[in-house]
Amino acid sequence: MSDPVIHVEGLGKRYAIGERARYFALRDVLTNALKAPARLFGLNRLSGNHSRREQMWALRDVSFDIYEGEVVGLIGRNGAGKTTLLKILSRVTRPTTGFAEVDGRLGSLLEVGTGFHPELTGRENVFLSGAILGMSKRGMDRKFDEMVAFAEVEKFIDTPLKYYSTGMQMRLAFAVAAHLEPEILLVDEVLAVGDASFQKKCLGKMGDVSRQGRTIIFVSHNMTALRSLCSRALWLNGGKIVETGSAGDVIDHYLQKNTVANLESLWESELAAPGDHQVRLRAVRVIPEAGSSDQITVHTPLRIEFAYWNYLPGAVLNVSIFLNNLEEICVFNIVSDFAPRPVGLIRHTVRIPGDFLNTGSYYVNLLIVKDTSIVLLRQDNVVAFEVVEGKVLGNWYGRVPGVVRPKLSWLSEAIENDGLASTRSHMT
Amino acid sequence: MTILPNVPREDKLRIGPPQGWLELNLREMADYRELLYFFVWRDIKIRYKQTAIGAAWAVLQPLLTMVVFSLFFGKLAKMPSLGLPYPVFYYTALLPWTYFATALQNASNVVVDQQRVITKVYFPRLILPASAVISGLVDFAVGFLLYIPLQLYYGIIPTRAMLLLPVFLLLAVLTALGVGLWLSALNAVYRDVRYVVPFLVQFWMLASPVAYPSSVVPARWRVVYGLNPMTGVIESFRWSLTGQGRPPDLQLLASASMVVLMLLAGLVYFQRMETTIADVV
Repeated sequence: MSDPVIHVEGLGKRYAIGERARYFALRDVLTNALKAPARLFGLNRLSGNHSRREQMWALRDVSFDIYEGEVVGLIGRNGAGKTTLLKILSRVTRPTTGFAEVDGRLGSLLEVGTGFHPELTGRENVFLSGAILGMSKRGMDRKFDEMVAFAEVEKFIDTPLKYYSTGMQMRLAFAVAAHLEPEILLVDEVLAVGDASFQKKCLGKMGDVSRQGRTIIFVSHNMTALRSLCSRALWLNGGKIVETGSAGDVIDHYLQKNTVANLESLWESELAAPGDHQVRLRAVRVIPEAGSSDQITVHTPLRIEFAYWNYLPGAVLNVSIFLNNLEEICVFNIVSDFAPRPVGLIRHTVRIPGDFLNTGSYYVNLLIVKDTSIVLLRQDNVVAFEVVEGKVLGNWYGRVPGVVRPKLSWLSEAIENDGLASTRSHMT
Repeated sequence: MTILPNVPREDKLRIGPPQGWLELNLREMADYRELLYFFVWRDIKIRYKQTAIGAAWAVLQPLLTMVVFSLFFGKLAKMPSLGLPYPVFYYTALLPWTYFATALQNASNVVVDQQRVITKVYFPRLILPASAVISGLVDFAVGFLLYIPLQLYYGIIPTRAMLLLPVFLLLAVLTALGVGLWLSALNAVYRDVRYVVPFLVQFWMLASPVAYPSSVVPARWRVVYGLNPMTGVIESFRWSLTGQGRPPDLQLLASASMVVLMLLAGLVYFQRMETTIADVV
């Protein structure tokens, strides 16, 4: 086998917690210096400086090889280290340990529209963004018309970007990125944005690129797209590689593991459970009703059970749940019936029908409410589950657009008189 | 030991932890010169698009300052002016000074202003402060065009010394870059810098011969005074444009050496920060 185009060995990246979140003010440094003057004189090694700021390995001991022409999907939950890995490979940040070797021109698409400026026209932004992403002026001149046609913004190309709709901006941004033509392309979850036809176009373009024999590393939560585009997948969790292998296998294992791991939150001991002297949470469970329990498809009906200890005799209690998807959009908020509850364990169960939720990851946030308005307990992400595609219809491997995907009844028939014509004739 | 970017095999890029003292890679900078050009181009475009009277600002700022200085320092305080008319005396200093002050401020803020791009795409970060000091040259050019008629109006004929002007301008550019490198990297970590720079610029102007000729500084302090790079730049500007004042001498040498020193220190510091800038900005 030839040399890998990407060779990664023992890669690690450590962040001091909070480092990324905010900048320091000089004030902090001065106060720290006053609190611990020893640090100023480089004695920090002696005084155990590492305990002062908590550190976190976003990536640890990651090693893998990627060969020419492979399309590799990077999967894992939020915070698993996927973006950090892409950032190291694209040289935005440097690793703390280990190294990566990249053989070939590498382009990265960590964000749609990097470097766009609202005051500049579409044309100017194409050139600016292209240059930032590493395209040569000559290459852009050559491909300019193609990019504009792909984005479908010909008419507005000399209009300042601030007058574009979000969709137009997005299309233009992706058009630039899609025409980068690097030998290795890194793509981070750009498909999560935009409308359905845009997503379809992006996926199609990615398919084209991979058929041209270029190497792609692709981060997405869209398992259906990953399954059909990728030959191999790499599963990260907590900054480490859990599994690499054929995309189908790794995705299956990932979905199984994640589904099972988050379907239930259980607190055995009343003391350790979230809550206080009024109520404490006992358990939250997601129970797939039909078929095999290892995967929840769009057709599977679900029950979600909530159990808690009530310490307030006769209090009027109900639960209120928020079902959020990965984009943090609240799919729905529903409340249970409310009534006076006795002291002891209380359970509420809600049923979500099959053919209602769309594919994707869902999280449940829970409130326990007294007298229909006083929040006694709030617990976010009590359970999470993934809804996967049932069976793929045709060659459409994108996600069916929409927050929900209900199965609604249709009535289709041939008719002789449409009724409207007669109404209109009455009016004239 | 070479770390970045070209290890033996051609094209193979090795990405490892930051090491060593200085990883300055001029070849890489050359590869990215097109991006430098685009950043400069964008700076200029945006500046002139967002302002109502566009390029006029480049002229107005030194022009109005010149009027105020001529009136107060000149007519009222009777500051010595090397025998030059006050407007010429002040404008010749304000040309490089205005450029320097603007370039320094822009360079200090550029890393923070471009943090979105920095955290998403790789390019040599040095391009950012470099583009900030280069794009300021357009304003300088506009301001300079106005100077020529002013000089002719007062009957001052340019001498051959004017041919040296680009050299002095380069000194101003490198001073702004050297200090800007420090400040932009510091600004990424400590946002206080943004508020410190205006003060710095103000104090720096008082310590430079903008409002007065350096001849008011006692002779034995002249070389020390020259350690402020802008002293050499401004004195030389006056001399090369009008033929009056100090021709290049020991004071300029002191200034030029300081520029080189500051630039080298700035490069080292910036490069050290560069590896972590995306993590902290």
